Amino acid sequence: MSHDEAIDPNQPLEFQTEKSRLNILGFWIFLGAEIALFGTLFATYFVLTGRLADGPGPSELFELRGVLIETFILLTSSFTCGIAIHEMRRGSRKGLMIWFILTMLLGLGFLYFEIEEFIHYIHEGASLQTSAFWSAFFTLLGTHGAHVSLGIGWMTMILIQLARNGLNSTTARKAFIISLYWHFLDVVWIFIFTGVYLLGMVM
Amino acid sequence: MTQNSHSNFPWNHVIGFILSIALTLLSVWIALYTSLSITAIIWIIVSLAIIQAGIQLFMFMHIREGEGGAQVFTMVYSAIIGVIIVAGTIWVINSMMHSMSM
Repeated sequence: MSHDEAIDPNQPLEFQTEKSRLNILGFWIFLGAEIALFGTLFATYFVLTGRLADGPGPSELFELRGVLIETFILLTSSFTCGIAIHEMRRGSRKGLMIWFILTMLLGLGFLYFEIEEFIHYIHEGASLQTSAFWSAFFTLLGTHGAHVSLGIGWMTMILIQLARNGLNSTTARKAFIISLYWHFLDVVWIFIFTGVYLLGMVM
Repeated sequence: MTQNSHSNFPWNHVIGFILSIALTLLSVWIALYTSLSITAIIWIIVSLAIIQAGIQLFMFMHIREGEGGAQVFTMVYSAIIGVIIVAGTIWVINSMMHSMSM
């Protein structure tokens, strides 16, 4: 029935070929594996809360202001990334690229505040080696931050391809997949914000 | 058809964005500025986080498009795995600690 090259013009550009639809489904399965990865890191973190080895505790160091800035930057970047895909579906390569660049800048802003926060904690005597709690904290947050850094590099390469090859079913599919990745990072952050920061400040 | 419905103003995204900001502020308020018990706070803010994740999936990530059924199935399945890993680990380790200290 549907051949590899069969084009379905009733679908958005990124879903028009069988291969693209399967690539996107495959990426959803990858995101499922990422949930399992972050699940193990969250489990480790929650089990090790309170294991401070006489070092500083989270309620002494967490500050709502910085955390809210990071959260709002990442939420906004998820929104701009969504608008980028909206522009792509209107057939606007320029709109897609502008909103992707905005998303990347917000991602860089997020990393700036996160790294500054880490440096502050280390100055206050809470580093990766301080206690089991801070090891788990830096591993969980660091893994998320590494994903954001990777996403910025990945998005740069998609932008180069969009500039060189224009908007076709291949570049549209790639842009759509990086957008899924970016939204997923925001999903993980929602749980970090709630489970790590809010609960850390309450308990 | 589907393309035409996307050429207008991106209401889905704007509503999703406003809801995310509102839910974030609501959970901050509930966690830090109310005098509910810790257990109640945990249940409420974790539920709010799950709602926010749902907003991302349905309003931003177009989970129902393409191979929609298989994509939703994959996410539900992974969410169950995630809950088993996190809740199961906390349950097992904490009850082990409890029985060792007796």
